[in-house]
Formats: sequence, C-alpha cells, structure tokens
Amino acid sequence: MPGLEDLYREIILDHYRNPRNRGELEAPPATRTEGFNPLCGDEIVVFLELDDAGVVTDIRIGGTGCSISQSSASMMSAVVKGKTLDEVKALTHAFKAMMSIHESSLDADGESGEDVPSDLSEGVQLGDLEALRGVVKFPVRIKCATLAWNTLTQGISQATADA
Amino acid sequence: MNALVSFDPQKVKADFPLLQREIKGQPIRFLDSAASSQKPQVVIDAMSTYYETINANVHRGVYEIAEAATNALEAARVRIGRFIGAPHPETEVIFTKNATEALNLVAQSWGRTNLGPGDAVLLTQLEHHANIVPWFQLQAEKGFEIRWIPLTADAQLDLSNIDTLLDGVKLFAFTAMSNVSGAITPIADLTRKAHDAGALVVLDACQYVPHLPTDLAELGVDFAAFSGHKMLGPTGVGVLWGREELLEAMPPWLGGGGMILNVTLDGFTPAALPAKFEAGTPPVAEIIGLGVAVDYLEALGMDAVREHEVSLTAYALRTLTERFGDQLTIHGPAEPAGRGGVLSLAMEGIHPHDLSQVLDEHAVCVRPGHHCAKPLMKVLGVGATARASFYVYNDIDDVDALADALADAQSFFSF
Repeated sequence: MPGLEDLYREIILDHYRNPRNRGELEAPPATRTEGFNPLCGDEIVVFLELDDAGVVTDIRIGGTGCSISQSSASMMSAVVKGKTLDEVKALTHAFKAMMSIHESSLDADGESGEDVPSDLSEGVQLGDLEALRGVVKFPVRIKCATLAWNTLTQGISQATADA
Repeated sequence: MNALVSFDPQKVKADFPLLQREIKGQPIRFLDSAASSQKPQVVIDAMSTYYETINANVHRGVYEIAEAATNALEAARVRIGRFIGAPHPETEVIFTKNATEALNLVAQSWGRTNLGPGDAVLLTQLEHHANIVPWFQLQAEKGFEIRWIPLTADAQLDLSNIDTLLDGVKLFAFTAMSNVSGAITPIADLTRKAHDAGALVVLDACQYVPHLPTDLAELGVDFAAFSGHKMLGPTGVGVLWGREELLEAMPPWLGGGGMILNVTLDGFTPAALPAKFEAGTPPVAEIIGLGVAVDYLEALGMDAVREHEVSLTAYALRTLTERFGDQLTIHGPAEPAGRGGVLSLAMEGIHPHDLSQVLDEHAVCVRPGHHCAKPLMKVLGVGATARASFYVYNDIDDVDALADALADAQSFFSF
C-alpha cells in the first residue's frame, strides 16, 4: 500500500515551501493563462514569455493550490526556462507519460503527440520532476500534478496564435 | 454523551453496514455526510426486496405485482410528504433525480413562464452552484436581472439591505443551510419579507431536511428542493415540493410517457399532479428506499437528530479549538445552535487537499475543495476548505479521531 512518503517526497515539499519563479510578468508582451481544477478549486496562472525563435525566455507562476500542484508548477517553471518550444512539448509529453497519461489518451484529448519530434521525446531528462512519480499511486492527485502543465500548453497555444 | 440525546449513536452506527468497514486497518470515520450519507441496512434491504418480490413498472400494469409496486411508490410519496409537512403529499411531492434537477425544474417551468426582461431574481452568495447556474442559464434566454444578498465578514447573510434588494423581485431562491459553513438562514423571516414584497420563495433544503425537523407549511416557502441520498436514502432520487396551486399552474418541463392525459396528432394534454412532472419510468426502488429512510429518521425522531448534531458540533468546536487554537480556522457561525454539523476547516500552512490526504491515512473521510460554492469561497478568501460533516451515526470517537489525524497532519507538514 502506498504511503504518504511516496507522495510527499522531500524535494516536493521544498518546492512547495520555496516556489521557484513565483510572481507575474507584464502581459503583454507576456501571455497570461489561467488554469482551474474544477474538483478542488486550485487555480494557477502561468505567465509566459517567448522570443522570436520560440525559446521560453521567462516564466512566472501565480495562483493557489496544494503542495502537489504548486510544486509541480515550480519544478515545471525551472525546467522549461531557456528551452525551445519543441523541447517544452517533449517535456510535457514525458511528464504526462510519467503520470500514466498515455499517447492514446493524449491524442483523444486533442493534445496530439504527433508533432513531438521522436528524438526529443526519447530520453527526456525530467530531473527533479521524477519526484512526482509517486503521485500515480494516488490517482485523485494526478490532476493536481498536471494542472500547471495543461495551463502551460494552453499558454503556448495562446502565445503562438498571437505571434 | 449529552443527556438530551435520546438515541445512542453507537447503536445507530451498528445499523450501517459500510460503517463496520475498516480502511487501512482502522475503523472508518465517515465525516462527509454533507456530500452523501451512508445507508442503513433497512434501506438497502427495502430496495432488494422490491427487486426480489414486486419489481414491475408503475402506474401501468393491472397485474398483482405492478399494483403492489405502484402502491409502494405512492405510499412512500405520502410518507415523505408528511415528513416535510406537505399539506397535500399526494400531489405536491414531485420525484426528481436529485435536488439539482428539482431546482432546474422550477427554473425551467415556473421561471420560463414567469420571468422576462424587467423582472428580477434574488439569490444569496451562500448558494451552492445548483441554485446559481440554473438561473444564469435561464437568464441568458430570458434577460431578467439576478441580484445577490451579500455576506458579512463571518460568511452569514448580510440582511441590512434586504428590503431594497427585494423591491421588484419575483422570485427569491436561497439555501436553508450552507453546505460549506453550516450557517442556518432565517427561513421564515426571509419568506415573510419576500411575500410582503410580492416574491415567491424557492428553498434549497438539501442540507436542512436531513438534519432538522422540517415543516414546510409552517416555514411558508413556495417551493423546496432536497436529495434522498443526503438523508440515508439512495442516490438517484430527489424531491421538489411545491404549493399545489403553483404546481397546477405550471407547464410540464420534461415530456414523455406517464406525464400525459392524452396525446393526439395535434398535441398533448398534460396529466394531473404529480404525474405531470414525472415523465418516464421513475426510480421506483430508490423512491421506496427513500420512504424507508424517512421511516428510519422518524423512528430516531428529528428533534433528537438535531439535538445529537448540536451536541456533537459543540463538542467538535470545543475540542478542535482547544487542541489547535489559532492554527485551525473553522469557518461559519461560532454558536452550534445557529448552524448544522458542517465544519469547514483551514489548517495554517497546509492546503486542504494535503490535509485531507493525511486524514485519509487515518481512515478519516473529509472533503477538500470548493464544495460547489465558489462565490462563497471568494468571500471566505480561500480557494478550498477541508470539510467535516456529521450525521446520526457519528459520535465523539469520530471527532477525536479527526482531531488526532489533524495533529498528525500538522507534524507531517511542520516546517
């Protein structure tokens, strides 16, 4: 039976207590995207700044939520900063796969994995994010862990549509 | 236990098979009855017995078991109606899927007929989404005004401006008891004021009917909605009660079999009450189960149920305040007499979702979230709370287990 220590790894609590990239960016030029978890009331705001080459030059996280959604957002912000959009897509894909959200369901959601270059989706380094692997054993909490990522995906669509 | 309690919650607990379960090696502490209650064995048995002995469609067959099924359903209707003080239970108790559908029925039938541009509906910021969204949906089509009774700092109705707010209102829809804070609203007073202003009253009685003696005729409201599954009955059945003359004048909402007197190639004539509002085969087993749930509550006595919950809530407020002081915020009225057994908790530095996760390790079942009352959460200044709620089968051991689990959460998340 999974225990609390499977869920609340030390690194998760560290990101929860000391969230990285917390705050706001001026929008525009940044895009501001809100995400909601309708089940638990968590709200997250992702501020995203891309340069012309499609590199994430800055990201800030706002909103409130539980330790899982907040730490996932914090780790996400740290890992995507300086990455290209293709790399961000590959990371998102790899993270969701870790959350046992598989290719087929990604496709069904319209979040197709097809445009992820295979060489990027292979061997993606999730780093600290690996600590969230235990969330899978607590299925109700998967939505907490993916809230920031879904909001980031929306933010990217918004930013690239604006461009 | 308190001497006023005339039933023993330990004995009551023994009537509920689910509460005999262990979770993670510990006795289950079910503190989520505001979401859905557990069912006593007699309710479960009544539904099985229906399927095993008289299962047949109602209001149609002439054979023996069809007649028995119809009689069982109609007998349940009358008992449920008497339980809430309905003057005409045979015609005024309309079975729906749940309280949400009952509120939608009022909006879609009475509202669609009577509301238009220049009219106003008054709601409160305490409401559950089920008493908000149906009015928004109708407003989008009909273009009436929606007004709101604001809340005080302690999340009670701010009635300082009630006369102005009621001026020109056609319908006032409000909750009898908040599902978040447990605050009980002054139903009879508000109803009198509404009637003086020429408005009808819709009462969301979802959290009230299961927990307090209810006499709708005495309260004076015009419509009331509640769900079976929050009052020891099964899921899938709710009730709309309405004053007979209002229901008579309203058009049917859902169309189909069972709700007609006649159908020709030119149109249809609706059936008399209550059939007019009950299109299609009703949830027969569930209605029979709800009838038995009402019998069970009446055997306990609703005065005793209320006494039990007031005394348990007082014990919980005292215990939690003593043990956690300023670290734990308990939203809602401080006096047990002004509230139901619903405690929305906020522990300093621990998100409700994380709190509830640790409580689950102790088999303590509470609910994290916004409880379908986002406007209220905004007033409370939180995105979510962890809600513990009590019913007839809860006792001080459950409260103590909650307190112990909260202490464990505090130490687990101590920085």
